Amino acid sequence: MIAIDMNSLQEGQELQSLTKPAITKVQLVKYAGASGDFNPLHTDDAFAQQIGMDGVIAHGMLIMGFMGEYMMNIAGEIAEPTNFRMRFGAMSRPGDVITCSGKVEKVFEKDGKKFVSIQLRAQKSTEEVVGTGKCELRFS
Amino acid sequence: MNLDSSVVGLSGEVFIFDVEFRHIRQFADAIGDPNPLYSDKAYAEQTKYGSVIAPPTFSVAFSGEGAELPIKLDERRMLHGEQEFINYRPIKLGDRLYCQRNISDLYEKEGKSGKMQFLVVDTEMKDEGGQMVAVNRMNIIYRGEKS
Repeated sequence: MIAIDMNSLQEGQELQSLTKPAITKVQLVKYAGASGDFNPLHTDDAFAQQIGMDGVIAHGMLIMGFMGEYMMNIAGEIAEPTNFRMRFGAMSRPGDVITCSGKVEKVFEKDGKKFVSIQLRAQKSTEEVVGTGKCELRFS
Repeated sequence: MNLDSSVVGLSGEVFIFDVEFRHIRQFADAIGDPNPLYSDKAYAEQTKYGSVIAPPTFSVAFSGEGAELPIKLDERRMLHGEQEFINYRPIKLGDRLYCQRNISDLYEKEGKSGKMQFLVVDTEMKDEGGQMVAVNRMNIIYRGEKS
């Protein structure tokens, strides 16, 4: 758990990153089953090659799932996400190692509650960006 | 053929989704997310959430269920560009969610390969008392037809 300390948050602060184990083909099959996204582009190499890819690619939402894991680690038990969004970038493939990182954008108050907005980024070990996003966490 | 603004406001029929423990665990496990809020009932009950909750992206597992939207879309032209989750409260184990998809916006931008259309599809999730729980907002790039 990374869990932030709400009293020490500063705008521009870089948060400790999360590096996930390399994506595997079995993981894509499990994600297909759990998410109900059975597009064979994510599970069937022969199909992916027929449409001009080298092989299967990861579900974009799996990458956002990694980001969600990271966000909830940051929130810990003192905050919860009210808004979470991501724009998808480069494709990810089995073998890719994804690192999620975050930076405090601003600390603010709304309806008497304290919030923090965090800029999020997911990138491969080659630094190629696979997703950028933002979340707002509300402190309880 | 491109989409026109008459699609904004179109909605599908309401469908029901029951949030089950095994589904939450399988979803978290596929991501490789070990957070005990999703898998350990005794632990989760002691937290401020009071029960097992679903991971933040869980609603993708059912936002596409239920009746189709009453328009014809060409899947080959669709690209999932952005995804957003707007939470009023977390989705919890045992929730019965009343879900409805609707097209909330259509807009255009000039892209590298000409005009691109963006379609915003919301799935609203309400609890049994009609209170909003969350909105799953997909931003779909609807590419121009290849000539």
